[in-house]
Amino acid sequence: MVAVKTIGILGAGKLGITLAQLARKAGYKVYVAGSGDPEKIALSVQVLAPGAHAVRSKDAARISDIVVLAMPLGKYRKIPVDTLEGKLVVDAMNHWWEVDGPRDDLLSSDMSSSEAMQEFLPNSRVVKALNHMGYHDLHDEARPATMPGRKAIAVAGDVQADIDTVSQIINALGFDPLYIGVLSTGRALEPGHPAFGADENKTALLQLVSR
Amino acid sequence: MKKTTTSTPYLFGLDSFGDLATDSHSKLMSHAASIRLVIDEAVLADKLGVDIIALGEHHREEFAISSPEMVLSAIASKTKNIKLASGVTVLSSDDPVRVYERFATLDAVSGGRAQVILGRGSFTESFPLFGYDLRDYEELFEEKVELFSKLLTEKPITWEGTHTQSLDKADIFPKTESGRLATYVGVGGSPNSVVRAAAYDFPLVLAIIGGSPDRFAPYVDLYKRAAEQFDHTPHPVGMHSPGFIADTDEQAIELAFPLFKEAMDKVGESRGWQPMTKQHFMNEVKGGSMYVGSPETVAKKIAKSMKAVGAERFDLVYGFGPMKASDRYRMIELYGKEVIPRVRELLAGE
Ligand SMILES: NC(=O)c1ccc[n+]([C@@H]2O[C@H](COP(=O)([O-])OP(=O)(O)OC[C@H]3O[C@@H](n4cnc5c(N)ncnc54)[C@H](OP(=O)(O)O)[C@@H]3O)[C@@H](O)[C@H]2O)c1
Repeated sequence: MVAVKTIGILGAGKLGITLAQLARKAGYKVYVAGSGDPEKIALSVQVLAPGAHAVRSKDAARISDIVVLAMPLGKYRKIPVDTLEGKLVVDAMNHWWEVDGPRDDLLSSDMSSSEAMQEFLPNSRVVKALNHMGYHDLHDEARPATMPGRKAIAVAGDVQADIDTVSQIINALGFDPLYIGVLSTGRALEPGHPAFGADENKTALLQLVSR
Repeated sequence: MKKTTTSTPYLFGLDSFGDLATDSHSKLMSHAASIRLVIDEAVLADKLGVDIIALGEHHREEFAISSPEMVLSAIASKTKNIKLASGVTVLSSDDPVRVYERFATLDAVSGGRAQVILGRGSFTESFPLFGYDLRDYEELFEEKVELFSKLLTEKPITWEGTHTQSLDKADIFPKTESGRLATYVGVGGSPNSVVRAAAYDFPLVLAIIGGSPDRFAPYVDLYKRAAEQFDHTPHPVGMHSPGFIADTDEQAIELAFPLFKEAMDKVGESRGWQPMTKQHFMNEVKGGSMYVGSPETVAKKIAKSMKAVGAERFDLVYGFGPMKASDRYRMIELYGKEVIPRVRELLAGE
């Protein structure tokens, strides 16, 4: 398990900024990147996620212990592959027709989107998590483990130590991690599947995943 | 009618996407009849002193309005005070010059009551329909907003376009009487869009359609700070959320749930999320962004949200799903006669 102190987030939109807020509250050092010049997102980061730093995506990838992909899936070719070598990468992206266009133009149909990301990042370790809950639910529902009514976030990955690392982060962000299986099982979390959009506790989420 | 005088001129609107309504036999009305219904409703809203009617552009079967400014123009000829807004105009898949021309025309017809609310829209049917590539989603909007902001100066413009036409000292008509067409930007939760609105000195309308409204307070702060950074005076911020009002809470919930569910599920189907549960609906009604209940309940919720967010304009999206025309009519009556005065009172009382 990696001792994570620093989280990099690629994407400074609805999801990226929300995750930055939660990660700051949990005490992590946070580096957020948009598509280009950090100047463009500096003010948003400063106001909406105080304490997080706006940087270039290459820098976020280099500095951080773990990197979350929170950008449009359609832009995945811009991910800094080399810089992410050897790193643990959390894929929180979904194929969203409205933004990304037809799925077939982007990904092969016999593979989950996170498997495709693993293929694109052959020397990184990809875990799928934080993709199924809407950003406003993430914002509204985060709560300490001691508070009742905690919601769950599903995790799919191939390496036990990485799953543990990601689970620990999810816990720190304010959610119960729910391990659902190897990376390919993450298909159950994609749009069009019952668990997509789920804002549920662990038991209910497990039911949706197994449906 | 005498209005309570307050230092802040709060504004209240009604928004519609032209959802197909149902008649007294619960039969779905035609697109044409649904459009005429919206015109009648806007006339009623004007009589009741509602400040704004905003009509959203959609290109989907369940919504009748694809050309808001045509409908607004008809409303203009039958009303006196109500502001006539789009909500939103999908600028990315439109021609900024034509948008300016159409709304400047509406402004003339209505004696200066036109408002354009520019947005990216949450639907993208308009892209293939008008021959645009979804992959240019971001770039299209960015370039067109810039061109549009130049058109608003109402001076001849020279423009080098990539996704748009190039113009050489082009002068566009009609000119408005006020010298500037009222233009807003409608945004969802994207921080970048908030900063962009501030950069162009456009007032902001936040579409808050789910979750607790307070989380948007930092966006208003962001808007104000960004405006300062660009040396603009920040404009008052508006918000827009869906709702339904009936005489009692129980009645409102009972009537609204199946309709909201039908409307949401239809969208969810194409986006891959699951049908709305009663619990989800009730969460939104209690602590989230659906304003459903008796006039008193809805008024309290609106006042609370406006304060929490820091909004000075509230637009209620009405007539969600295949709703009976008579229920829509009753809702507008309650909104104009009871809810708006009560919200003003609550906001002034602090
Ligand atoms: N919204 C949700 O509720 C939600 C929930 C779970 C998962 N997701 C997933 O999260 C991803 C982002 O969604 P969103 O709703 O946050 O979208 P969004 O608000 O449109 O934000 C997208 C962000 O990605 C950035 N970006 C674009 N290209 C990039 C690149 N090459 N490198 C780094 N950043 C880049 C954009 O920056 P620029 O402005 O500079 O282009 C922008 O900050 C999507 O895959 C989505 O499916 C979203």
